[in-house]
Amino acid sequence: MSDKTQEQQNNAVQTTGHAWDGDLQEFNNPLPRWWIWTFYATIVFSLIYWLIFPTWPYANTYTKGIGNTITFENEQGEEVTTHWNTRSLLIEEMQTGEEALKQKAYLEKVNAASYEEILSDPDMMAFTNSTAKVLFADNCAACHGPAAALPGSAFGLYPNLADDAWLWGGTVEEIEQTLILGRNGYMPAFGTTLSEEQLDEVANYVLSLSMEGADASKVAAGKEIFNGQAGGCHYCHTKEATGLKSQGAANLTDAIWTVANVTAAPTTEAKLVAIKQVIRDGINRVMPAWSGRLSDDEIKQLAIYVHQRGGGK
Amino acid sequence: MSQQQTDQQPLYEARRSIYPRSVKGRFRNIKWAILTLAYGVYFLLPWMRWERSAGPDQAVLFDLAGRKFYLFGLTVYPQDIFWLAGFLMLAAYLLFFVTGIAGRVFCGYFCFQTLWTDVFVLVERLVQGERPARIRLAKQPLNSEKALKLGVTHLLWLLVAFATGLSFVLYWGNAPDLIRDFFTGQAPFAAYGTTLFLTATTYVMAGLAREQVCTYMCPYSRFQSAMFDKDTLIVSYDSKRGEGRAKLGKGLKGREERQAAGVGDCIDCGYCVQVCPTGIDIRNGLQIQCISCALCIDACDTIMDSLGWERGLVAYTSERQAEGGKPARLFRPKVVGYFLVLLVIVAALAWNVSHQQLFDLSVAQERQPLHVTLSDGRIQNSYEFKMNNKTGGPLELEFEITGLEGAELDLGKFSHIELAPDQRLRLRAHIKHEPPTGEAGSQKFRIRAIPTNRTDLEAFEKDAVFSWPGSH
Repeated sequence: MSDKTQEQQNNAVQTTGHAWDGDLQEFNNPLPRWWIWTFYATIVFSLIYWLIFPTWPYANTYTKGIGNTITFENEQGEEVTTHWNTRSLLIEEMQTGEEALKQKAYLEKVNAASYEEILSDPDMMAFTNSTAKVLFADNCAACHGPAAALPGSAFGLYPNLADDAWLWGGTVEEIEQTLILGRNGYMPAFGTTLSEEQLDEVANYVLSLSMEGADASKVAAGKEIFNGQAGGCHYCHTKEATGLKSQGAANLTDAIWTVANVTAAPTTEAKLVAIKQVIRDGINRVMPAWSGRLSDDEIKQLAIYVHQRGGGK
Repeated sequence: MSQQQTDQQPLYEARRSIYPRSVKGRFRNIKWAILTLAYGVYFLLPWMRWERSAGPDQAVLFDLAGRKFYLFGLTVYPQDIFWLAGFLMLAAYLLFFVTGIAGRVFCGYFCFQTLWTDVFVLVERLVQGERPARIRLAKQPLNSEKALKLGVTHLLWLLVAFATGLSFVLYWGNAPDLIRDFFTGQAPFAAYGTTLFLTATTYVMAGLAREQVCTYMCPYSRFQSAMFDKDTLIVSYDSKRGEGRAKLGKGLKGREERQAAGVGDCIDCGYCVQVCPTGIDIRNGLQIQCISCALCIDACDTIMDSLGWERGLVAYTSERQAEGGKPARLFRPKVVGYFLVLLVIVAALAWNVSHQQLFDLSVAQERQPLHVTLSDGRIQNSYEFKMNNKTGGPLELEFEITGLEGAELDLGKFSHIELAPDQRLRLRAHIKHEPPTGEAGSQKFRIRAIPTNRTDLEAFEKDAVFSWPGSH
């Protein structure tokens, strides 16, 4: 029977014939031949791969691969054909991939819809929030902070967009206008026109509008200055101190302090100091116009996003 | 360094062709039954229909694009990925458990390599004849008979392989549509690619490589030996009874005669070797190549029956029993331990699957800023609700908050949400609340999503936290 030889082999494994240190030997359990052929096949595969794909660097360039090109549309809208590479593949995928096409269809839907339609469609809102979040991070976060609200240390440098106070109006259309035109948030400095005493009186009046602890006698004098010629504050802030939207003047009667960090000041004294500093130095905040930098569609998405951050009007 | 050159044995070895002889018997019958069942399930399951209120009407469908797996009445979502972990644990422990008790049962009876090789060997036998005829055919020079028989064999192999590959693809799409698209050239590339790949691998693995897969490729056959112990069932040859083996010669016909002559029961007919699909001789003891298919038991039993001798010269036994000890103990600490672990996993998985949430609601609080002061002095916290409607029907929801007296929930224009079946949605919510104390603090509350169009569903609830700053 042929299995005799097999039995012998099973019972007595041969050695390779080498011996080290006198008695150290190596068994020879032969590898299946197909195994070694598979190994050679992987070598052949790599050779073919080297020919087709970009692989070896040489001089100041590299082998580009033979007969393997990729075509995509560059930023200028021109069709570019180049040797196959993963970077171009990514660009191509971002343009023609399945998910890219889905996103494109959704974008078109949002772009074609009115604000009213978007705001009443939870699906479009969720989509816009996602796309605009990226736009916001790229363009707006540098000043307004990544979440549209600045940390305490940067309080007042730029408006907080996460609350419900809107200097220039809080409807989507108004926010869109702000984005398109940019804004100059200007309040003159009163350090030279008002005396230290007058400053104190006005500050007491402003504090009394929304908080307790102001000196009653000074409040009355401060109101005089605020609504009179001496200060002239009412021209922008109005006699009710609720602020003129067209000037971007703050509503001083609500609980929100946009520039002077009154909420964080521990004592009435400190609150007055914070208010006086703003009156003394004035405000000069500028937001650039975005109409030339962002497309109309991008501005639209951002308007929706900002509107929703704090719960717009 | 001394060099002792033995006869030059090559470093690489060609595969020795194996021509398994067919055999009839208990284990062969069990194996045919398992094979029939497995093939029946594998090839017919994609065609089974299933009524669903939403989704395709295929009983088992792995919808990759839709990110949903349909398994009869169950729909598996990506969130249920933990079931996969549970299932894999179950499979692993079941393997340890079964292997600990009965050795390589999976290899011998259930492994697709074994099942498909069985079918390929069957095709080979039907076309070319029994083992001697196949050996003769292999040895004879190429002529029209050989070309025809080999050609038909390989053609049938390719057909089985193609059916196998195509059936696999049908699990990933609607079977009737997919098969029509497949043959009209309109199926996706992945369908053709997968079919081609699986046709090729099935043909190569079951037709050409066969036992090489088990011996050289499969890691499982290697680490299984770690699960064996002295009581594990193994297929083995009773050498005490069988040796010294001798053919049924003159004066060695009857058992008494043989025993008197000091000859064992093994008549060295070689049937056990001829039926072995991995080409080993079980009489050499437990070997790495043995897949425990038990065909050698059937072979030897056939011979023993024909001689009128008692069965069991080759049989399932354990190492302990083979050494003259007691039969295999079933209740060993290891087996009981594996069984208990199995029970725990099955119970946990069953509980989890049967308590599948029909509606996912997750609430993520905006952390930057955590809270904002509003113009009326209230504090606002913002949240993102993520919802996923898995109820299979449309869902209308209203939201309310409890545990935060006097707080206002602001969902923009969405006082009422409608979710289509399988719709996922994110929603931003603002909660406006008068801070209850002057000190900075937080309070737990509960968000409730109330299904207004379904009376059979309870409100879905989620805990959340409202935070406020200190005031001065």
